[in-house]
Amino acid sequence: MPDIDGADTAGAGFAMAGVSVAFGGLVALSDVSLEVPPNRVLGVIGPNGAGKTTLFNVACGFVRPDAGELWWRGERHDRLRPHRLAGLGIARTLQDLGLFEHLTVLENVMVGAGRHARTTFWSSLLALPGHTREERALADRAGAVLDRLGIADLADRTPAGLPYPVRKRVALARALVAEPRLLLLDEPASGLSGEEMAEIGELIRGLTDRMSVMLVEHHMDLVMSVCDDIVVLDFGRVIARGRPEEVREDPAVLAAYLGEDVPAEPGRSTC
Amino acid sequence: MQQLFTTLLTGLTLGMVYAAFALALVLIWRATRIVNFAQAPMAMLTTYVALVLIEAGYSYWLGFAAALLSGLVLGALVERFVIRYVDPRSEINPVILTLGLFIVLHALAALVFGARYRSFPAPFGLRGFQVGDTTIALTGFGIFTILSVLAVVVLLVLLFRYTDVGLKMRASAFNQEVARLLGVRVGRMLTLGWALAAVVGSLSGLLIAGGGLVHPSFMDGVVVYGFVAAVLGGLDSPVGAVAGGLILGLSLSLVSGYVGSQLVSLAALAILMAVLLVRPGGLFARVRERRV
Repeated sequence: MPDIDGADTAGAGFAMAGVSVAFGGLVALSDVSLEVPPNRVLGVIGPNGAGKTTLFNVACGFVRPDAGELWWRGERHDRLRPHRLAGLGIARTLQDLGLFEHLTVLENVMVGAGRHARTTFWSSLLALPGHTREERALADRAGAVLDRLGIADLADRTPAGLPYPVRKRVALARALVAEPRLLLLDEPASGLSGEEMAEIGELIRGLTDRMSVMLVEHHMDLVMSVCDDIVVLDFGRVIARGRPEEVREDPAVLAAYLGEDVPAEPGRSTC
Repeated sequence: MQQLFTTLLTGLTLGMVYAAFALALVLIWRATRIVNFAQAPMAMLTTYVALVLIEAGYSYWLGFAAALLSGLVLGALVERFVIRYVDPRSEINPVILTLGLFIVLHALAALVFGARYRSFPAPFGLRGFQVGDTTIALTGFGIFTILSVLAVVVLLVLLFRYTDVGLKMRASAFNQEVARLLGVRVGRMLTLGWALAAVVGSLSGLLIAGGGLVHPSFMDGVVVYGFVAAVLGGLDSPVGAVAGGLILGLSLSLVSGYVGSQLVSLAALAILMAVLLVRPGGLFARVRERRV
C-alpha cells in the first residue's frame, strides 16, 4: 500500500486506503489509496472503464467498498452513506447533473443549502416568524452563490429549458451553497467549450481557499491546469500518481492511454 | 334557470369533496409514485374515530380534530411500517399492497366498530338557505365543505411553495437519490407526504359522512370518483386534482339533474375516457407521456 500518511496534512483531509470493490467477479477497484489534503485539488484520470466512476461512488457512499478504509478529517467513515454526506461537509455533483426540473433554479440551489437551515418541521408548518427569517436567509444564501457563478438572472427559471453549460453551473451552485469542506466533481468539463472550460478551471482554483476538491475528468487540459495532484487509474488499479508534470511524462500512463498492458507499480508513489 | 343553479351548486359541493379525495391521492403519487387504493378505508377509519368521540358526548369539533390527527398518525404509520418495505422498482407490488390494506382496514373497521349503519352528525344545517320563497341548494354544511377544502388547498400551496420543508418534499418527490445526496432526510419527507395525504383524505371522509350514514364501506364509492378526478388532473398536479374534482362534480351533477341519476357512474367513466383519449397525461400534466 502506498504511503499516504507521510504528509503533514495527514488526517485533515479526505483519504482512501486500500479500497477494493468487486461487482460479482469483475474487479472495479483493487487496493486503491489516495489522499485529498485540505485546500488541494486532486484529479482522478484514466481510460474508460478504469474505475473512476466507481471510485467516486465509493467516496460518496453510493458503493460500499469490499475492503479498505475511508478517512475524513481524522475520522474513519467506512460506512459512509449518501444522506450523511451533506452533514459531513462533503458535496458532489453528478454526471447527469440531477437537477430538479420542476423547481426553479433558485429552489434547486436552496435544497442544497438545507444543511444550514435550523428550522424545525413544526415551525415551518406554522410559519413562525423566526422561521420566515430563516427561510429568507436560505434564499439569500442561494442567491449569492448564483450571483457568484453569474447566473443570478436565471433564479426564477426552471432548469428544463436552459442550455447545458448553464445547467452545469446550476448543479455546481447547488453543491457549493452547502459550503462543503470537500467537493467531488464528476466530469466538470464535459460538454463545455474551450472558453467555458477555462472559466470552470479558474472557478475551481478559486475554491481552494475554502475547500478541497476531487474531480474525475477526461479533458487533460483541464486536469493538467487545475489539479495539484493526479491519480491515474487503469483496470481498477493506481498505475501512477504525482504532480501533473510528473504524470504527463510517466511511461505507465502513456502506455495505459495507448492501450498497452502495464503492471501496477506501487513503487511509483510520489505523493 | 333555477334548476341549473341548484344543479351547479350541488355539483360544486360534491366536486370539492372529490377534489379533497383526489388531492390525497395526488400527494401520495407525487411523493412515492404509488396509487393509494387504501385511501378510502383509511378515511373511513378516521371518520369512525370522530364518530366514536361524538357518540361519547364530545363536541363535533373535537371529533373533527381527532379524525384529522388520527389521519396524520395513520398515514405516517402506514408509510413507515408498510409502504417503506415494498420494492419501489416494481409496478405491481405497491398496487397489490394498497389493495391488501384496503381489505385489511375494512375488516378491521367491521371488527372494531361493527358493520351496521350509524348516522353521523353535521356541524351546520343541512337545509338549503331560503331566498324569498325559494330554497337554494346551498346548505350551511355545503358552505363549510367548500371553505374547508379551499383552506386545505391554500395551506398545502403555502407549505409546498414557501417553506423549506415543502421544498424538500418536492425535491424528494422528484429525485430521491439526489435529494438524499444534498442532505434531505428523504424517508422523513415520504412519511410526512403520506401523513399529510391521509389528513386530506380524512377531511374528505368527514365531509362525506356529515349528515349521512357511516359504515365500513361508506367511502368506497368515492374511490372511483376521486381517482377519476385525480387522473383528470394529471395525477401529478395538486391544482389539477382540485380542477378535476370540480369538473367531475359539476358534470356528474348536471348528468344527474338533466339526464338521470342512474347514469352518473357511467358518465364519470365516459368523462375519464374522453379526457384520456384527448390528453393521455391528464388535463394538467407537465409531461404528456412517461417513458417506461
